Amino acid sequence: MGYSCKSCKKCMLKDNFNITKDKDGLVIALAGNPNTGKSTIFNALTGLNQHTGNWPGKTVLQAQGTCIIKGKKCTLVDLPGTYSLLANSIDEVVARDFLCFAKPDATIVVTDATCLERNLNLALQVLEITDKVVVCVNLMDEAERKGIKVNTDLLAAELGVPVIPTSARSKQGLDELISMVYELATGNITSNPNPIPYDQDLEEAIQELQPQIEALLKGRLNSRWVALRLIEGDEELLEGIKNYLSQEELEEDRVEEKCAQ
Amino acid sequence: MAIEKPLSEMPIGTVGTVIENGLTGLTKRRLMDLGFIPGSKIEVLRKSPAGDPTAYYVRGTIIALRNNEASHISIIPHNKF
Repeated sequence: MGYSCKSCKKCMLKDNFNITKDKDGLVIALAGNPNTGKSTIFNALTGLNQHTGNWPGKTVLQAQGTCIIKGKKCTLVDLPGTYSLLANSIDEVVARDFLCFAKPDATIVVTDATCLERNLNLALQVLEITDKVVVCVNLMDEAERKGIKVNTDLLAAELGVPVIPTSARSKQGLDELISMVYELATGNITSNPNPIPYDQDLEEAIQELQPQIEALLKGRLNSRWVALRLIEGDEELLEGIKNYLSQEELEEDRVEEKCAQ
Repeated sequence: MAIEKPLSEMPIGTVGTVIENGLTGLTKRRLMDLGFIPGSKIEVLRKSPAGDPTAYYVRGTIIALRNNEASHISIIPHNKF
């Protein structure tokens, strides 16, 4: 946060998330449970040598690097590993705020093929926030060794987003991953995640809240997801909205003022 | 009929199914995210020297809980995993 201009989205990214975005560059986030190989993928894609280690919680705050995909500069952001995005802890808040308010052009959710079920909790939560998601089923080599087979086509159909199998340590599947991310981030392909249905009374409450939220947020956040968080009584999110979106609002007001002049 | 019992009272080696997560608020949410939800198969793996916390195998991972959390999770023990 500082003294730079606050007149554009670009500076909002710079001030709040320390990201410098090129004019037609892309911002790509890496999310996933702890210890699924996010940092290994990050290093393989960026050529950086961020510390990877076999213990959870080592990426406490986001790390970033750049890579060039098909001539476009991409800023890759390695988010802290979390089991959830419901903001129980500082790393969950970091990951959630980034996905919500920095609006990456695409998000890679890295999952562990050896215990996929546990990992899909987070994948589904990310899908409720944004539909620009590629699910990467990593550690396929290890799963194979344990006799686990993953039907990625079926998973893709169930989730409604692309699913790419990888073994990041041996660099398998990374080309496919990155080209899928590129296609999604540039809008060449669109994903269509299947919404998660809730109990009827909850759905009714969502129906009631959603139009009001939509009117206030004007598409800046997924209103169904915000409705769910409000029903849950999530104060952290309100705090986040206050922090990030009110700035945007100020910026918009300024632009409008300028136009009026 | 099997009777629900608090997870904290189960000896090492017990296997069972989670029936209810009776915690509240963020702790409940956290443990749900970690896999302590109704229907999860669970195994009591080992206890720390002082008997608290205890390590449980749940949905593909080992997770240790304090007794004051585990006592709010009820399970039905069964014979094998």
